[in-house]
Order: sequence, then structure tokens, then C-alpha cells
Amino acid sequence: MTETAKAAPFSPDEAFRPPRNQWWDVWDQFKYHRGALAGLAVFVAIIVFVTIGPLIWQVDPGAINIRSRNQGMSMTYPLGTDQLGRDMLARLMYGGRISVAVGLVAMFLGLVIGTLIGVVAGYFKVFDSPLMRLTDLFLALPLLPLLLILVALFRDPLETMFGQAMGVFSLIVFAIAITSWMQTARIVRGDVLALKEREFVLAARSIGTPSLRINTRHVLPNVLSPIMVSATLGIATAIITESALSFLGLGFPPDFPTWGRILYDGRDWIEQYPSRVVWPGVLISLTVLSVNYIGDGLRDALDPRIRGR
Amino acid sequence: MLSYTLRRLAFAVPTVLIISLIVFLMLDMAPGDPTGSLPLTIPLEVREQIRQSLGLGEPVFVRYFKWLQMTVITEPLHILAGLTGWDIAPGGPRILSWQTRSPVGDILVQRVPQTLWVVGLGYLFGILIALPIGVISAYRQYSWFDQVGTFVSMVGFSVPTFFTGIVFILLFSVTLGWFPSMYDTTHVVRDWNSFLFQAKQIAMPVAVLALYNASQISRFMRASMLDNLNQDYVRTARSKGMGEQTVVLVHVLRNSMIPVVTVIAIGIPTVFTGAIITEQIFRVNGLGDALIRAIYVSDWPMVQTITFIFAILIVLFNLIADVLYGILDPRIRYD
Amino acid sequence: MTTRTVLLGTAAALVLAPASAMAERERGSSGHLNIIYWQAVSTMNPYLSGGTKEMNAASVVLEPLARFDNLGELTPWLVDEIPTLENGGVAEDLKSITWKLTEGLLWSDGTPVTSADVVFSYEYCTHPEGGCSYRDRYAGIEQVEAVDDLTVTVHFEDVTPNPYLPFVGAGSVIIQRAQFQDCLGARAPECTDANFAPIGTGPYVVSNFRPNDVIEFVANENYRVPTQPYFETVTWAGGGDAMGAARAVFQTGEMDYAWNLQLAPEVIEQMEAGGRGELLVDFGPLMERIELNFTDPSPDLPDGERGTREHPHPILSDIRVREALSRAIDRELLTEIGFGPMGMATCNFIVAPPAMASPNNDNCLVQDIDRANELLDEAGWERGADGIRVKDGQRLELLFQTSTNAVRQDFQALIQADWREIGVDTRLRNIDAGVFFGSDPGSNDTYLKFFADAQMYASLFEGTDPTPHLEQRRCGREPQPSTQWQGQNINRYCNPEYDELWAELNREADPDRRQELVIALNDMFVQDYAHLPLVARGRVSAASTTVGGIVMNVWDSEHWNQAEWYRIEE
Repeated sequence: MTETAKAAPFSPDEAFRPPRNQWWDVWDQFKYHRGALAGLAVFVAIIVFVTIGPLIWQVDPGAINIRSRNQGMSMTYPLGTDQLGRDMLARLMYGGRISVAVGLVAMFLGLVIGTLIGVVAGYFKVFDSPLMRLTDLFLALPLLPLLLILVALFRDPLETMFGQAMGVFSLIVFAIAITSWMQTARIVRGDVLALKEREFVLAARSIGTPSLRINTRHVLPNVLSPIMVSATLGIATAIITESALSFLGLGFPPDFPTWGRILYDGRDWIEQYPSRVVWPGVLISLTVLSVNYIGDGLRDALDPRIRGR
Repeated sequence: MLSYTLRRLAFAVPTVLIISLIVFLMLDMAPGDPTGSLPLTIPLEVREQIRQSLGLGEPVFVRYFKWLQMTVITEPLHILAGLTGWDIAPGGPRILSWQTRSPVGDILVQRVPQTLWVVGLGYLFGILIALPIGVISAYRQYSWFDQVGTFVSMVGFSVPTFFTGIVFILLFSVTLGWFPSMYDTTHVVRDWNSFLFQAKQIAMPVAVLALYNASQISRFMRASMLDNLNQDYVRTARSKGMGEQTVVLVHVLRNSMIPVVTVIAIGIPTVFTGAIITEQIFRVNGLGDALIRAIYVSDWPMVQTITFIFAILIVLFNLIADVLYGILDPRIRYD
Repeated sequence: MTTRTVLLGTAAALVLAPASAMAERERGSSGHLNIIYWQAVSTMNPYLSGGTKEMNAASVVLEPLARFDNLGELTPWLVDEIPTLENGGVAEDLKSITWKLTEGLLWSDGTPVTSADVVFSYEYCTHPEGGCSYRDRYAGIEQVEAVDDLTVTVHFEDVTPNPYLPFVGAGSVIIQRAQFQDCLGARAPECTDANFAPIGTGPYVVSNFRPNDVIEFVANENYRVPTQPYFETVTWAGGGDAMGAARAVFQTGEMDYAWNLQLAPEVIEQMEAGGRGELLVDFGPLMERIELNFTDPSPDLPDGERGTREHPHPILSDIRVREALSRAIDRELLTEIGFGPMGMATCNFIVAPPAMASPNNDNCLVQDIDRANELLDEAGWERGADGIRVKDGQRLELLFQTSTNAVRQDFQALIQADWREIGVDTRLRNIDAGVFFGSDPGSNDTYLKFFADAQMYASLFEGTDPTPHLEQRRCGREPQPSTQWQGQNINRYCNPEYDELWAELNREADPDRRQELVIALNDMFVQDYAHLPLVARGRVSAASTTVGGIVMNVWDSEHWNQAEWYRIEE
């Protein structure tokens, strides 16, 4: 009632106010998606765990305490210790910083490259063939020798430029991104090929909408859902790939724990101390699951046909 | 469409050649050393001689063309001769693996059966599980089936195969003793009993791979179905009084297949390069094992040849996918 | 070390005793044997591979004239006695040795073994176009002469105090001339059939070979001991990983013998406790060490001078710093965590054979942080604000690299912590093993180039004579640009006294004096803290408790006596 009362007097200001930002609509829809909200909450919790966590739990993840190795959960070591007596909780917190950062950045980069190449190849016929052959090339490249070359060529310059940790970080993110964009590119291109023949795109084109605008307003929103799936799978792949790289000695130096590495290191101990594998595994799965639900919610929220239903 | 296919096929040959050249140059640049895995007791002068005997003294382009000629002509003829018994194998050198000093073609032929049994079936079952799960999850979005499916597939994708593999071995081999933990590559299926043994020994690796593959494909299937279920044509079809089954399984499914076809087409060639971790855990010794061990010891002729075949398959299956797009959605025109 | 070897020797004798007592055991009576090598065998011709796994697999088919037994003693194998100075087999001038083949020896195809086969084996491996891995065994030979059908004389170019390199040990085996005569030099790799199924004199014959996968053997009909081998057939599976191999022996019982189980000691001990299998450990010359760089690896130096003797290392050239680094390390702890019963802390460069191991350096076994701190204080390194020592504005910071390997990464972490305690900041780096142990001069990450301050790896030598191993640390043997970075003096050590002493060793024939010299060289090297020995590593395999007759051997192939292995009846 109060609302109607308020709205009753005509106010010219309000009539000429620019339309409400569409992102508010998206948020309105998003917040009714229970899964997405839960996902967002978990994701924020994970970010807090890895960023603010170490400020509260001030234990050096590299501190070796031989007398208390391979311990279970206790007050001193909430998640136990590893084979050198290092605190698992601290290691998971620090490790998460790197893993989440690598996962998100590499996924994002791969997604941008993949989407860009996919849209350009699908929409503009001239670029289709060269770009798709490039994709074929990248799909065929054996990953490990490529990484060996990247490490040999760029590790030292990058390390002198950004310092050891950042140098390796940029190298790994770059390596994962340029070896993981191809699937997204092929999927996006396939969808764009079909979309560009649809009536609404034809209509947009016939009234002279520039290609860039057609792509951003009409094509991209419609290929969003496979991109979202690629994004969630991409994070998992990036985190696991990073661990495989560290495992081979192509990744972070051994005194930088990451989730993937902790998981790999725990592999031989799976019978004696299953928690060594379970904790990092749960964290990786939680990250992926939460991103997946956020993606689901975003997808629904961005779909004008569902929105407001 | 036919002319497009033919044009693409003709174009595939130079594509594959260029890819193989780039891979060759890349491997040549890679900082590995085929003598790096030898024990340190072998003196450096001897190592240098071994490298010379591998033909590493020659310029890179000479080596590339020698390799290319052998891959395209000599090896296929030898393999064909081996399979048919015809006397068509040419004389002259073959591509020799640096590690085993034996023809690469022979090793690949030995590795194919177990790769198809394990990785191939793992992929096939993965697809067969994924499609219905994806369709049902989308049709009944946010139902308990969808929620469980989402959860399982996300966990299945984010937990590495080595973890599931080890858990399976501990459970089914060590504790229950149902399945062997090691794959016997010399086993031949002759009768029902030997088939049962084969089924037993592939059960665990195939299950691990199928779970992993199904997780990925079902996500794409679900997302794509969801996109289409809300389209106007679906409402139109329903309002025309078309059966629900026809609407979903014929119209929506067909229009949702494009991303799924893409993902599967990218996936099939990877069957050929094997599933490295799963093969290692279950000692399957397929092509993935051949590739990764060759990479570890810098056995470049082996890596090069596997990659070459892989490249052919990628180009071929991506072509098939492109043709399928046209069939699934006739509006897509390439000409 | 001595006690352990002796104990194993006694155990071996005990195991062997019932084997000879039970006369009713016959060829093939034990049935089938399953062996698992998690790194699969790539060829059956050891001359073309050089890997330990290939040498081991080949050793049940191809045999040398004499082997080293489990105590490191020479044992006649295809001959009746070992030629010595006393029995006239070795010439007075130490320039030739004459071997006499046992009469009536047959190849597995039924043809007789003659001296021509022995001569051919030498020619095969020394062909200038072939890349024979064991070529150094035949170095310094002028001629190998077939005196008659069963007698071979090896003529050396120079005085050779140790003539027992050619045709001795699992690496330099006798191959059949008839089978390999068209496979010399560049044609060697083309003889795939011969390389995969060589005709030999050993207890087994290859019936099926799949490279990098599996080998199937059957008993050799013509084996010289009529009652052996006891196992009729052998499946030699390859692939998987060390954990899987251990599981197959200890937990599922699918396999009878597993090779090279480098796993965390705790894991393996728990598996062994299951009672289905037992761990076989013995110690040879394999030793894990840290090399300290005597040259400056700084990337600021021009390319041809980085890591060469022109620029001594700014920090590590001071012996007090090197000693401090050594004293700060807790070797017993490293051993306990990384190897458990499969390793022994050591302070020696030459750790085996037992008689050659120096008793003079045990002081480093106990960690001594106080002494290390004193040494660094004396050397003028003072603690800075962050606890890291500084001298003339330079921080005491070291780059410590090694190959990728779970145990080595644990060691890196432990040593980093130890060094941190004495005010040394350590940056860690791990490198893919294929690159690290490669000798590609184009890569900056090889252990040869050593563009780091410290690096860790394990090294060993063949046979029981450490002379060639000691030679590596002579001046001028270091990797440098002019030799394309080839050379085995990894830490660029240079000490004229050491070189003189080594020259004396190389001339000496008297075994007792040789032993003294080896110990003196070892002491000179380790007391200079030129490198830091950490752990003597054992060879580790596992066998099912149902298989008897196995005698672990670190001086030769582990399968040296496989003909005598048998199934223990329940």
C-alpha cells in the first residue's frame, strides 16, 4: 500500500530515469536459484579460507616437525600432518591460494581465447578454415614436450621479471590456457554456425546491425550455456593439470604446496592415511561444484525467457 | 555438402603434413636427451656415440623427410603385410624407436588391442551413460535425479582417475579378490571362459574411464538440452498436440546435439592416445603408456609417429563433426 | 654395512643349502614364475640399451664368462676358473688375460659355444658405427685373440691392473656369432628378431617378447645344469607403477617377484607385515649426495664463462661454508624418512665394496648446528635482520636443484629447513628427470651444466673397482663449454694432490695397496667437503614367500642365480 501511495504523485524525474541496469534483473533472478546461492556461499567460503584463513591460522606451511609426522586430527593439527610433520591445514590454505588462482585465471584465459576463436570462426566464413586448422594443430600437439620447451625458453626470463613464484605462475597459467582452449572454440563455433542462420540474427543483420554488436548482443548470450559448462570443467582440468605439471617438475618449486600436489603426494599413503588424499580432493571437488552451481544460476538468470518466470 | 566434404578432405592432407612438421621441429627443440634415462655408469663419450648411432647427427629437415617417407609409405605397408600375410613389405629402413630399437609400427600394432578394449570401451560406455543422464537431467531440471546426477558427475570429473583407480583396486582386488589388479596383455579371447576373464580384467579400468567420460559429456548434453527446451518451436510442437516423447527425443534432442557431437568428436581421437593414468594404474600398457614412456625417455620417433596418427584422427573426426552439423541442422551451410 | 652384507650372505647360504639337499627337484618341476618390473623392459640386447632393467632381463638368457657373486667376489660362469697371476691366466706384465671356456657348453639352439663367439662379442660392441652401451668395458684393448676353440686371450694396450672388465659381469655378455654376424655397427638395430630373442647360454629362452610390455620365457633345453632351471616358464611383466608392483606381491599375490620398489619406508613396511612377501635389500655403491658447485653459476656472467673455473664460486669456494653446510644436515633423519631400512647414512664418497669404504669420516653422521654456526661466523657471515647471514652486502642464498622424485623433494624440504637454521636461505628447484640427467648442451637444466649452487642426485659405478669413479674428480674432467659440457667432474673439483694420488692408484696392482689408496682418495675428497654424501642406498626388490633360492646381488644382475629359484611347496 505504501508503495502505491508513494508512486501516486507523478514525478518527472522518475519517468525519465534511465531504465534499471539489466544486471539487477539478473541478480534478482539469480538470488532465487537456491543451488546457485549455495554455490556462491561455498565459493566465497573457499576464497575466505585461502585468503583470510592463513591470517587467522598462522602456521608456516613449510615448517617441518619431524616428531609429529603422519598425525591424525587433533587440536594442534586440526587436519593432521604430512610425512614430514607439516601442518595440513596450513598447507591446504596456502595451496588453495595457488590452486584457486591457477584454476580461475587459466580457465578464464582459456575461455576467452576459445570463445573469441569460436565466435570469429563460426561467424566470419573467411576465418573459419584457418582458425579451425589452427585448432586442429593445437589439439594434436603433445602437451609434455610443449611444456618442456616453454619451461626451457621462458622460465628464467619470467623469473627474473616477476620473481620466482609469479614467474612460474604466469608460465603455468599461460601453458594451461593455450593447451585447453580448443574444445571451447570448437563447441562455440558449432553453436554459432547454427545460430547465425536463425531468424533473430538474420533480422538483426537485415536492419544493418554491425557484426560486433550482433555477436555481443545476440550470438554470445545464446552460446553461454556450453561456455559455462566449459568453464566449470576447465577449472577442474586446470587444477589437476597444474598438479601433474608440479609432479613432473615443470610446475611450482617443491616448497610451494598446491592442492593438486598435496593430492598426488598423498597417493601412496591412501591406505594408511586416507585423509591425506581426501581433504585436497574434497576441496577441489567443492570448488568445481560451487562454480558449477554458480554457472547454472547465471545461465538461468541471463536467459530472458526464464527470467521472471 | 558433398563438395564441401571433398574440399575439406583434400585440404586435410596439407594440414596433417604441416602439423607433423611443426611437431617434428618442436620435438627437435625440446630439451630432452634419449640417453638421459641411461644409468650414470655409462660414460659421456659412449652416450655421444649412441646419439650418433640414432641418426641425430643429421640436419633436422633431412631427418624429417626420412621420417615422413617411412611413416607414409614403409610403415603402413609393413603393417598391412603383417595383417594380411601379403608379401608387400618393402625393404629398407623402418622407423625405429630409439628406446627399443625396433620398428615403431610393430609396437603400435601390439598396443592397439588393449587400448581399444579398455579406453575404447570406456569411452563408448561413457557416451552411452551420459546421453540419457543428460537428457533426463535437463527434462527434469532440479529434480532429485538432476541433483544427484550433477553431484556425481562433478565429483567424477574433479576427482582424478588415479584416486578412483586405487580405491577400486583396494576394494575389488585386495579386499574382495574379484578382479585382477594387473591387466594381462597376452590374454587372447578364444571361448566363453576366456571372454569372462577378459571381461573381468577390463571391468575396473573401463568403469573408471566410463565414469570420467560420462561426467563430462552428460554436462554438455544437459546444458544444451536446457537451452532448447525453452525455445519457441518446442511450445509450437507441443501445442500442435505432438507427443511429449516425440518433442523431446526427436526435436529437442536433435537440435541439442551440436555441442555434444563436438565434444565426442574431439574425444574419440584421444582414445587412440590412450588414458595415461588409468593405463598406468591397471598396467594396461596401451598406446597411452607407449606415448608417455616415449616422452619420458625422449624417444622422439615414437612420439612423432603417435602424434602423426593422432593428428590424422583429429582432422578426420573434426571433419565428420562438421558434416554432422549440416545433417543435424540443415540451415548450416558451408558453401 | 658390513654386518648387513654378512648377514645376507649367511641367509643366502642357508637358503641355498636346502636347494642342493633336495635332489629330487628337477628342471621345470616348480611350474610358472611371475615377475613384475614396473619399468618395462625395452629390449633383450643389453649392448643396445644400457638400462639396468634390460641388463637384468637379458641376464637369464645371455651370460658373461665370469660374474660377481652376492659378496662381490668373482665367480667363474662359462669358464672353469678365474684367470689370475698365480695360475698363469694373467700375464706377468699385466698386459693380457687368457680365459678357457668350459668344455661342452651349448647355445640354446644346440650348437657349441666357441672362442669365436667371444671374439665376436668384442667386435660387436666395439664396432665404430654401433652405439654399444657397454663399450667402456672394452676400452684399452689391443686385440681379442681366439687361441683355440675354447681359449681366448685379451691383449691390452697398456698395463692393466684390473683385467676383469671385458666379458665379466651382466653388462658384457657373450652373444652368438651365428645369430648376430649380420648385425654389426649401424645395422645392429635392424636385427629386431635377434635383439628381442637372442640365443644364449642361460637357463631361459625367450618365447614371446613385446617391447615395453611383457616377456615370456621357457626353460632352455640345453642348459648346462641338467636339473635346472626349476621354473619351467616365466612371465616377466612390465609397466604400471612401483606401488602397483608392490601391491601385486604383498597384497594380491598375483606376482612372485617385483623389482626396484622405491616407496616410502613406512608404506612398504606395512605391506610386508601382511606376510605374503618379503623385502630383499642389499647395499652396493649407489649413493645419494649433494654436489656443491666450485664455480659461479650466476646468470649475469657471459655465456661461455658461466659455470666455468674462470669464476670461482663467490660463497662455496670457502671450505668453512662447505663444512658448515655438511654439519647442518641430519643424515640419520634423512635416511629414516626417505629410505628406512633401504638406506644407510654415510659420509663417504666410495661406500662399497665394504673393504673400500673408509672408516675415517663418521663424524658427519651427527648433526652439529653449533659447529656449523661457528664455522659460518668464522668465515665472516653475520646474521641479518631476517635471520639470513650476510657478508659484504651479499646474502647467503643458494639455489638447490634436483630431479623430480617424491623422496628427493622431501629431502629438499628437510635440508632447506636444516640450512635455514644456520642462516642459509635456500631456493628449491626440481627438474624433470629426463631433462636433468640428459646431456643436451642446449638445455640449462642438466646436472652436467650445474647452473645452480647445489644439486642432489645418486651415482654409482659398475663392478667392484672404484678407480674409474675416482678418476671423474680429476682436474680438467669438468664439464665446460669447450667439451660441449661433457665431463663427469660435476662439481668442478680441482686438487693436484688428488690427481697425483689417483695416478698412483691407476698404476698399482697390489690389492692391499690399492685399497689404501682408494680410502686415501676418498678421505681427501670428502674432508675437503667437495661434495656432501648423504645416504648409501640399497637395491630393493620384493619376493613372494612361496619362492625360494633367491639371493640378492648388487654387484651383478639380481637374477644371476634365477636357475636355482624354486617354488616352496606348502
